Amino acid sequence: MSANGWEPVVGLEIHVQLKTRTKMFCRCENVWGEEPNTRTCPVCLAHPGTLPVPNRTAVEWTLKLGVALGCEIAPRALFHRKNYFYPDLPKGYQISQYDVPLASEGRFVVPGPDGDREIGIVRAHLEEDAAKTVHVGGTAGRIHGAEHSLVDFNRGGTPLVEIVTQPDIRSGEEARRFLQLLRQTVVELGISDAEMEKGSLRCDANVSVRKAGEGGFRTKTELKNMNSFKFVADGIAAEVERQVGVYESGGEVVQQTLHFDPARGTIAPLRSKEEAHDYRYFPEPDLVPVEPSAEQVAAARESVGELPGARIRRLEQELDFDLAYGLVTSGRDELFARVPGDRRAVANVLMNQLAAAGTDPAAVNGEELGKLIAARERIPRQAFLDALAASGNGDFRADRYLAEETVSDAAALDPVIDRILAANAEQVEAYRGGKAGLLGFFVGQVMKETQGKADARAVNERLREKLGN
Amino acid sequence: MIDTLRLTAEEAAGLLERGEVSGDELAGAYLGAIEERDAELHAYLHVVGERGAGVPIAYKDVITTKGIPTTAGSRILEGYTPVFDSTVASRCKEARLPVIGKTNLDEFAMGSSTENSAYGPSRNPWDPERVPGGSSGGSAAAVAGGLAPWALGTDTGGSVKQPASLCGVVGLRPTYGTVSRYGIVAFASSLDQVGPITKTVRDNARLYAIVAGKDPCDSTTVELPEPVALPEGEDLTGVRVGVPREMNEAEGIAPGVSESVEAAIRLAEELGADVEETSLPRSVEYGLACYYLVAPAEASSNLARYDGVRYGHRAEGDGDLTALYARTRWEGFGAEPKRRILLGTYALSAGYYEAYYGQAQKVRTVIAQEHAAAFERFDVLVSPTSPTVAFRIGEKAEDPLAMYLSDLLTIPANMAGLPGLSIPCGLSDGLPVGLQLIGPQFSENTLFRVGHALERALDFDYVPERLR
Repeated sequence: MSANGWEPVVGLEIHVQLKTRTKMFCRCENVWGEEPNTRTCPVCLAHPGTLPVPNRTAVEWTLKLGVALGCEIAPRALFHRKNYFYPDLPKGYQISQYDVPLASEGRFVVPGPDGDREIGIVRAHLEEDAAKTVHVGGTAGRIHGAEHSLVDFNRGGTPLVEIVTQPDIRSGEEARRFLQLLRQTVVELGISDAEMEKGSLRCDANVSVRKAGEGGFRTKTELKNMNSFKFVADGIAAEVERQVGVYESGGEVVQQTLHFDPARGTIAPLRSKEEAHDYRYFPEPDLVPVEPSAEQVAAARESVGELPGARIRRLEQELDFDLAYGLVTSGRDELFARVPGDRRAVANVLMNQLAAAGTDPAAVNGEELGKLIAARERIPRQAFLDALAASGNGDFRADRYLAEETVSDAAALDPVIDRILAANAEQVEAYRGGKAGLLGFFVGQVMKETQGKADARAVNERLREKLGN
Repeated sequence: MIDTLRLTAEEAAGLLERGEVSGDELAGAYLGAIEERDAELHAYLHVVGERGAGVPIAYKDVITTKGIPTTAGSRILEGYTPVFDSTVASRCKEARLPVIGKTNLDEFAMGSSTENSAYGPSRNPWDPERVPGGSSGGSAAAVAGGLAPWALGTDTGGSVKQPASLCGVVGLRPTYGTVSRYGIVAFASSLDQVGPITKTVRDNARLYAIVAGKDPCDSTTVELPEPVALPEGEDLTGVRVGVPREMNEAEGIAPGVSESVEAAIRLAEELGADVEETSLPRSVEYGLACYYLVAPAEASSNLARYDGVRYGHRAEGDGDLTALYARTRWEGFGAEPKRRILLGTYALSAGYYEAYYGQAQKVRTVIAQEHAAAFERFDVLVSPTSPTVAFRIGEKAEDPLAMYLSDLLTIPANMAGLPGLSIPCGLSDGLPVGLQLIGPQFSENTLFRVGHALERALDFDYVPERLR
């Protein structure tokens, strides 16, 4: 609930590129980042007479996703043509799904700090991605003011699943959580990289607000270009605030497509001729209906394990919500289960130091990591960090690192401390003058000098004493 | 000396097999005939003149041929040379049939006379003042005029059957889904089918056997339920022939056409067939109207790819994207594609879809059911292929509706996805009349058998009188 009793009403449209080996309707390799127009063929360039042949894996993966989203699977789904002219759409139509999608009427549970929220799924349908248009000479790659445009057809025909939610989302933050959870789900299903910065996961939001208790919906706007989780949360929050402002100053919200500028945090109308489109949908006559077999649906059901949302709820029994949420949405909860030891300590190390070390959680030997975490107070900090960085190696053993000892002996520490205090007379003066925060500076210097082997507690003690507290 | 006017593909294959002529000699004979007569007939848009081991073949110019220009009879594809072969062309290649050339057609297969070709009309070998029919008019004229032993056309509303009828040759529109559409420049995807145009029914069956069968590149194809059987027999004992009243008594059927068709039906009876009258009231009443919603709707979408961006004609000049599209398409398309794109765009528009395209699809189901009911009682249905014999060039060019009525009798079976064979059954005013045989799905073998028996009994001379 926003300020002054305004309730945000948000629905998301999410596009997920499937990482099938080949494209949706032809045999071109489905890869990202290759030389432009090197992954094309007569079919995906829409040469006269070419015909689409559906990618069976893409259909099966959409079934999986449909199951994970709690959807009904259509016994006989149809492909439709969505007709419009644009250079990134070589056929002049996109093959998509319309009134009978593969999956529909689902629900996806999003755990939050204050309980579960169930987000309705209108549909998850399969379609082909458009090619990529690059506008040259305009501002920031926008078509407006561009001198010319180039089209890279490598992306054209990539299998794409569009997921449409009910307007059940009540904040930008909730939208972010839904999206992170959805991302983790598709990653675990192994059907997509789902990387927002690469565009393999894309999200648009339909946003409106209404007074608490008000029935029905007010005019919505469509928010585009939110290419990170943070931007989704920020963009929706900004748009909600804008709409509330409009109503509170006696205005009316106008239905339009908006572009979120993450750098400035501002929202501007998108210049687009697409507003008045009549897509003239009709059933794609080049394809027969998709009729998933009982075996295919059963296989899809079997392949979907415990969903991330359920795992968050389970982990929450032993951790707090944020840690449980963080472990699951970063894909670290599987490792978490394999590491023995104090649950909170293990979770914190996994979310912080291990993440910072960039170690692949799947490659880590849980038993060895458990030993390491249990000993983390005893061994030098640097040894601990080195061990975490190495913990993904196949031959990693904790013992070598556990053998390293910290220097806590005053006799060894004092000469180092004296040297540092002498060399930083100014800071010493300032500290004694009341700048207590400088203690950390001295600790850091000692750690640096001892290559991280000094025992932090001992160093603190000795420093305080010498600095005269 | 090879008489290309008389020689059937089967006879040509025999000459090659026995080594009596070489592939070069055979192909050379057709090139010679083209040299001699194609200036008048204009059956070809592009002569290739390949030499090879098999019987040469001509393709309607919507059939994509790797390295050989494919224009669809349109300015918008002028200069377009495909980088791949259609499935039918590659199957013919595997059967070692050299390509003679690409034949003329109504632009994007839209028409019934070849007058809609951007490259000028073809002429009927029986009378060069008359049209060869269409849209596969070039293929039919090439076969009738001895410029090809056999040819492939495509049939959406009657574009193989009707020109075969007007040129006195045999044309098959196969069951929808038996011949791959991969590489066929699309007009109306749910109706387009490739079909052979030949001098005899046996030739037709031979060519159909080469091109038919499931293709992994076309999801709408199926495996033939039984192999193609070359027809042998000459009697029709036990064959149940239905004569749909509406298709044989429709307004606009010329008396001479009716006479020939009735004579052929009597002959079928003499050969042992059980002939009975029947009725297809809704199919004939609504078929044409239904077709002119479905086909233009699909065409409006299929022709969207011709935008000047990747291949084919592109308009000169500055301007924005919309201007590029508009000018390219204005310059590149002729009047008929423009008319159908407009009709089809309208029929699919929001608010009209249910009333037009949606309703047409329902009517299509009714037409299919009406035919299915008839085939519980009959093996084949017969009617004239075309209400008239070949008409004069220019006679209907300014009247699209009159032109559309040329397909009145071929459209109903096409809407139902059913196969139809047109065989010549006589002359009216010295011009060929075609008999249409329609069967249930996958009944090509029956159509060949009945067609072959009638062909023997009718003894029609397929060489145009003026060229004998």
